[in-house]
Amino acid sequence: MHPVRKQRLYVVAFIVVFSSAAVALMLFALSSNINLFYPPRDIAAGKAPTGQSIRAGGMVVEESVLRSADGLTVRFQITDYQATVDVVYSGILPDLFAEGQGAVASGKLDEQGVFQASEVLAKHDENYMPPEVADALAEQHQTSLYK
Amino acid sequence: MIPELGNMALALAVCIAVAQSVLPLWGSFVGSRQLMRLGYPLALAMFVFVSIAMVCLAHAFLTDDFSVAIVAAGSNSLLPTVYKFSALWGGHEGSMLLWIWILALWTLAVALFSSELPLDVLARVLSVMAMIAVGFLLFSLLTSNPFARLLPVFPAEGKDLNPLLQDPGLVIHPPMLYIGYVGFSVAFAFAIAALIGGRMDVTWARWSRPWTNLAWGFLTMGIMLGSWWAYYELGWGGWWFWDPVENASFMPWLAGTALIHSLAVTEKRGLFKSWTLLLAIFAFSLSLLGTFLVRSGVLTSVHAFATDPSRGIFILIFLGLVVGGSLTLYAFRAPSVKSSIGFHWLSRETFLLINNAIFLAATLTVLVGTLFPLIMDSLGQGKYSVGAPYFNAVFVPLMALLVPFMGIGPTARWKKDRAQRWKLLLVPVAAALLMGLLFPLLYSEVYHPLVAVAVILALWLVFSLLTDIKEKTGNAANLWAGLSRRTPSYYGMVLAHLGFAVTLLGVCLSSHYSIERDVKMMPGESYQLAKLNFNFNGTRRVNGPNFVADEGEFEISEGGSSYILLPQKRRYKSQMGSVMTEAAISSGIFRHVYVALGEPLEDGAWAVRLYYKPFVSWIWYGAVFMAAGALMTVFDRRYRKLKA
Repeated sequence: MHPVRKQRLYVVAFIVVFSSAAVALMLFALSSNINLFYPPRDIAAGKAPTGQSIRAGGMVVEESVLRSADGLTVRFQITDYQATVDVVYSGILPDLFAEGQGAVASGKLDEQGVFQASEVLAKHDENYMPPEVADALAEQHQTSLYK
Repeated sequence: MIPELGNMALALAVCIAVAQSVLPLWGSFVGSRQLMRLGYPLALAMFVFVSIAMVCLAHAFLTDDFSVAIVAAGSNSLLPTVYKFSALWGGHEGSMLLWIWILALWTLAVALFSSELPLDVLARVLSVMAMIAVGFLLFSLLTSNPFARLLPVFPAEGKDLNPLLQDPGLVIHPPMLYIGYVGFSVAFAFAIAALIGGRMDVTWARWSRPWTNLAWGFLTMGIMLGSWWAYYELGWGGWWFWDPVENASFMPWLAGTALIHSLAVTEKRGLFKSWTLLLAIFAFSLSLLGTFLVRSGVLTSVHAFATDPSRGIFILIFLGLVVGGSLTLYAFRAPSVKSSIGFHWLSRETFLLINNAIFLAATLTVLVGTLFPLIMDSLGQGKYSVGAPYFNAVFVPLMALLVPFMGIGPTARWKKDRAQRWKLLLVPVAAALLMGLLFPLLYSEVYHPLVAVAVILALWLVFSLLTDIKEKTGNAANLWAGLSRRTPSYYGMVLAHLGFAVTLLGVCLSSHYSIERDVKMMPGESYQLAKLNFNFNGTRRVNGPNFVADEGEFEISEGGSSYILLPQKRRYKSQMGSVMTEAAISSGIFRHVYVALGEPLEDGAWAVRLYYKPFVSWIWYGAVFMAAGALMTVFDRRYRKLKA
């Protein structure tokens, strides 16, 4: 083979092998690390999988936040005004977490239907609501109009 | 009155930009030197008018003119002066004006420092940059006018700047980041000008190289400042979240890194020409995509303050025009570019090609992870989020793969090298392996194999660079003569690569050896964390200029010495009940001790965050080295020699 062609062959072979390895790695990583958002009504209706990493969000129910004696385990409820879900979180909540405000938790749903959160995100400022929460509330509003 | 003046200046700037994008370009086609010479005065006029708009807006912020909508929304009379000024770019409209001002600044700089360029090339470059300016000026005036008024009834007091943004880091982070982002427009404009003119020889690469390095250096600083700010200000001690907006700034950086390396091959060897052109288009398109992602509010993020669909659609159309237009031009013109020279597979070209492949793969993985939720959502497949584990799973192996080649690359010769010559790298390999394998053993009781891998890679990089310096200065009469013969470009490369090693060590060591505890502490109670003893002396009330705070006092004993850390929990007066954590950090070269107040619990107890983070600051030191290295290359004599 002509040396220039031979060299091109090496380059092409390298690119093919490398890029397919990269794509395979990417797809594998993507398949095991994406979290789907479920509004409280879907969780209450049993549509959400248990033991799998998901996200849940809604408004934090007034007077639902309870602290355990060690001060660090917190229980609270989130709602889309249609269903509520119990959430348990251990750690320090973000500054903007408050009752009556929107929050999104990521974690796993246990067998009892309690959401074991590994991370809680709250809105970043007064005007801001997590889009998932806003959508969930808007959808709920729409369906209640048709009832 | 003054805001109207600013508005008028902005409107005039649009007219100038339109003239700038047409006249010099037209002149370059018909060969009119007069029209082509208009490039510089128009660039100057454009800069002056956008500066007038900036000054008018700054005036509105500094004099608390709450009849201006964005001042009412993003400032407050109690705000300290420096934050009133930085509040200018704390919101969407103001930050778009900053974007435009920086673009005008880059355009003027190119017009000023390019006397060595052929007139037609310069005219085309300036016209392309002006076209981008037209797009952004129209965007600003039509969808997000910074001078919009709240008349006749305007509030007596402003809503205040988001407390998170009231921080020195946020005063300089956006300008730095934007200088970087927008700086890629220079490389882009050079590429487009070369494609239009059909002259894609090596000089193109030599002209755009210092500009690209400069932009890359600023972008590095901007990203580093953002990461540092997130670390100490967001209150949970993370320094990178793979947040969509961080990714938005990181993608141009990754593509830009590929670009500066590919430009090196094009300049030195005249190879990869069309590939380099394509990368220049990619890097700037990703900057625009980043702006779109951040400004359209399609993403959930700290930065997504604006959710106005018309803005999103405007930027999307603009993005489509820029990317579509430049790729079409590329498709027509690039096939005429041919690199006739070959290279052996054992050569520096190969290593730079590997660099490009890896950085492009990294860009694509970040792009997929960032856009995946958007695509799934728009297809009605549900609301997904792609978490940090995905990015870590793909990004870390890619970077690990990069480093072995990064060590050989600078030593390898252009065109063709002999593998026997690389025997000189055996010593660095052996030293790195030995020290890397020993490090985790000596550092802690638990042996982390990944730490060993990272230390081996980082040391390999450092030792191979040292070997290279020794090899390249070895023939000189004495060490000093040898060292002074190397160019600033070379030392810039060494510094940037060393910076990469430092960041690599910082990332790996801090993520493996950090100790993080959330605990409940009563006043007078103490807590032992590794070799540190934290003693909580209780909290007291302190008053700031526009907030009141609970300030905790922690006495930390470390070895023989002890010191006090005072973290705060601030409550901002202007925003009812807006609470913010101000962490207290004792920073040292080898470790940070981080204390943050969580929430008050009953009986004066507090939930408290206690962190011990070894080597964490190396992440940012390394980034500073990389940026400094990039800036150093700009001073290379061969770029100045071009001036006739």
